[in-house]
Amino acid sequence: MFIPMLIFGLICAPILGCLLAGVDRKITARMQGRVGPSILQPYYDFRKLLGKDTGHTNRTESVYIFMYLLFVVIATVLFFLGGNFLLVVFVLTLGVLFFILAAYAPGSPYASIGANREILAVMAYEPMVLLVAAGLYLATGTFDVVAMTQASKPAIIMLPLLFLGFIYVLTIKLRKSPFDLSMSHHAHQELVRGMTTEMNGQTLAMVELAHWYESILYLGWVALFVIWKGWVGLIVALLVAALVYFLEILVDNNFARMKWQFALKSSWWLALILGLLNLGVILLLGLAL
Amino acid sequence: MSHSSKSPWLIHYDASSCNGCDIEVLACLTPMYDVERFGIINTGNPKHADIFLVTGSVNDQNIKVVQQIYEQMREPKVVIACGVCACSGGIFKECYNTLGGVDMAIPVDVYAPGCAVRPEAIIDAVVKGLGILEQKRAALDAAKSKKKEA
Repeated sequence: MFIPMLIFGLICAPILGCLLAGVDRKITARMQGRVGPSILQPYYDFRKLLGKDTGHTNRTESVYIFMYLLFVVIATVLFFLGGNFLLVVFVLTLGVLFFILAAYAPGSPYASIGANREILAVMAYEPMVLLVAAGLYLATGTFDVVAMTQASKPAIIMLPLLFLGFIYVLTIKLRKSPFDLSMSHHAHQELVRGMTTEMNGQTLAMVELAHWYESILYLGWVALFVIWKGWVGLIVALLVAALVYFLEILVDNNFARMKWQFALKSSWWLALILGLLNLGVILLLGLAL
Repeated sequence: MSHSSKSPWLIHYDASSCNGCDIEVLACLTPMYDVERFGIINTGNPKHADIFLVTGSVNDQNIKVVQQIYEQMREPKVVIACGVCACSGGIFKECYNTLGGVDMAIPVDVYAPGCAVRPEAIIDAVVKGLGILEQKRAALDAAKSKKKEA
């Protein structure tokens, strides 16, 4: 299974991510009563960006963005190879930190505000993500993704509250409305383009590519809550992941942007209440395997 | 070689328009005309944009702004003058405070006349601009490969 999963993580994940972004735009357009672009539109955008003349306000920016892409790819490949879940979380966080550095590099006020907000977003979702890692460990007795997929029953049975909390912070992680604080794919222009304001051409193409990897990786995490041994478990997990993404699109289209204070407070309270309650109950009842 | 023409991102700047043409530009994004069908996105960022839509005539106050936005855009790029004021200055052509059309400030590729310019005319102008965008891209690629040989 090593080679097929390596190919899946390295090549199929971004292709799926690209199609997912296209479906996202199509469904968004339909929700707004529009026809919408082709499902391949994100790919056309990517090709165009590669062909554009690329300029840099600060040359280090493209190095940071390359490191961001590299670490996101490593995290995705590690995850689909069935590696250690904690390592995946930390490698991904390192990637996001490089993205924040890239946004700071040009010294543009818009990109800097975007980077500030991204730091707040990281602060908002990281406690919940770590609790998810702890919860998955308590439910399955391992940090290895491959062992989690072989569980006799889905982890969500023991982690219903953690699952809800994770879905909540997923909106922040995917930078979707109401938490598209640091940058946005839609025409909310108060920060111009937030973190990517100064990025263009090939640099921006790398950011898009990293997003495709990221969204598939996050849906993989969602699937990890539901999956159990055998084909049925895999199919149910994939369906739940698709459903969760549809929910994200629905929320994206129905909520105005919130302030960062709300994002930070609400996600910390949810992490505290849902996360710790869930973990506490498991530990108290001695349900841990 | 249809990479550029399948994903044209716009930036829209109101030079000194009466807002008539601007409303028509924004009307293109609504469900009625839905230009996102063609992959067109209205970005607020010159560094992401391929097509520069200018409405209104140029004057001493905004000529610097128009030129700066144009300079910040990356090649290949196309400029579309939307509305008769942007094309030639329109009814303000002879005014003491007007310099004239957008071509007084930057090279214009497509002229879309009208007062106010109809959304259909804007879409036509953008489609025409896509052809020019492709030509410019091809020229850019040719120049690049020539540079590599030398």
